[in-house]
Amino acid sequence: MVEVKDIFKRFDDKEVLKGISAVFVPGKINCTIGKSGSGKTVLLKTIVGLENPTKGSVFYDDREFTGSKTKFKKEIRREIGMVFQGGALFDSMTVLENTIFPLDMFTEMKTEEKIERAVVSLKRVGLENVEQKYPSELSGGMQKRAAIARAIVNNPKYLFCDEPNSGLDPITAGKIDELIKDIVEEFKMTTIINTHDMNSVFDIADKIIFIHNGYKFWEGGRDEIINADNEELQIFMKPFLSFKHKN
Amino acid sequence: MIKKILDIFYNFGKYFIFLKRVVSKPEKAKPYFSQIIKEFDKIGLNSIGIVLIVSIFMGAVITLQTAINFINPIVPRTLIGYGARDMMILEFSSTMVSLILSGKVGSNIASELGTMRITQQIDALEIMGVNSAGYLVLPKIIATLVFFPILYVLSVIIGIFGGWLVAYFFDAVNVSVFTAGLKMSFIPFYITYSFIKILIFGFIICTLSAFQGYYVEGGSVEVGKASTRAVVYSSIFILMFNVILTQLLLT
Repeated sequence: MVEVKDIFKRFDDKEVLKGISAVFVPGKINCTIGKSGSGKTVLLKTIVGLENPTKGSVFYDDREFTGSKTKFKKEIRREIGMVFQGGALFDSMTVLENTIFPLDMFTEMKTEEKIERAVVSLKRVGLENVEQKYPSELSGGMQKRAAIARAIVNNPKYLFCDEPNSGLDPITAGKIDELIKDIVEEFKMTTIINTHDMNSVFDIADKIIFIHNGYKFWEGGRDEIINADNEELQIFMKPFLSFKHKN
Repeated sequence: MIKKILDIFYNFGKYFIFLKRVVSKPEKAKPYFSQIIKEFDKIGLNSIGIVLIVSIFMGAVITLQTAINFINPIVPRTLIGYGARDMMILEFSSTMVSLILSGKVGSNIASELGTMRITQQIDALEIMGVNSAGYLVLPKIIATLVFFPILYVLSVIIGIFGGWLVAYFFDAVNVSVFTAGLKMSFIPFYITYSFIKILIFGFIICTLSAFQGYYVEGGSVEVGKASTRAVVYSSIFILMFNVILTQLLLT
């Protein structure tokens, strides 16, 4: 279980997060939604430790992450897989080298074992025969898949995805959603996804947290969101709902 | 004004904290070793060409200039070879080559790390639990410290060879007189002094450039600016340390 308690984050004179507390459902997909600039990326970065909160705490299975020693943070981070908005694949490495990298750094496996595991991971995300290609030779969707393969190769307990669908066409975006859903069901990872794609939210979210202007405005399940009694949330969802209604 | 002074102190402290992270114990030796091999290629082998080209022409022109300007009959012609040798050993092959490499290696390091920062590759390393500063920068420092002295030696040899070619092909100075000058009053400590200089200059280029690239914020424009800053700051610090080291070691 991932839990954040009373998280504040300030950059110079701008308060980006204003006292967010939330519990993310273990082994399920938790989506944080909100407009661009609402603070969801900063929240995600704070949860994984790329930003330090001005105030508040983050817990991983009751282990306090914020304020803990670097060594302890590193231990927890080895249980984390993360898919970045742009994939963040290492461009000096091939797809296979990218996927093997976490195993190279933190396991004592033999080379053949590592390659086998990386290939299995790549196959799991639907990537075959691209092992020797460099990220620049892949399409956006393939890069996202390779990033997912790298994130799951070490069997993480927690998976974080920052806008996994951004920059993808609707069909590829749907496939990525499906892939994440399948993987989470298979590996039972506690997953937190940042998105403003409401299609994704309705397709895969088990729990939704709506962030607006740095505050948590609403949280609940996929079935509750349509009838949520929250004006800002309804405004945020309006374009999506009117599109759905027309179709 | 006060803010600028505070910024200097802030960045100075940040640089040393960065260095501490760079030299902290690696998670695992093997991946670092692979990185070192890659850096040998990027920083060392890829710099040989430019060092050789610049050195041969500089050696040639130093010899020519000395030969043209030493026209007083009291001054022995052997001083042409002697001067060319010591200029290459003392200043050109250490300081000038370092300045040239700050442009090539320094900007390369800053732009590489800056691009990795803005494309979140450094964040990805951190999330995995890797000490990104150590993994990315320590191999570069090791490659620099190993390869810069080699480049220095190559530069001295090729520079003197450039001077010899001038003596051989033009009539500015006789080959045997030039060669006799090369053998005159050799002080071995000059080599030690230059090795110390090139190692310190290499460290300055590598760490200052890495520091500029590692903390880039923003987009590609900032990467370009960081790359420029890397070259400018490295050059200034090289020249400053050149004075300090010369004062400390040769006087």
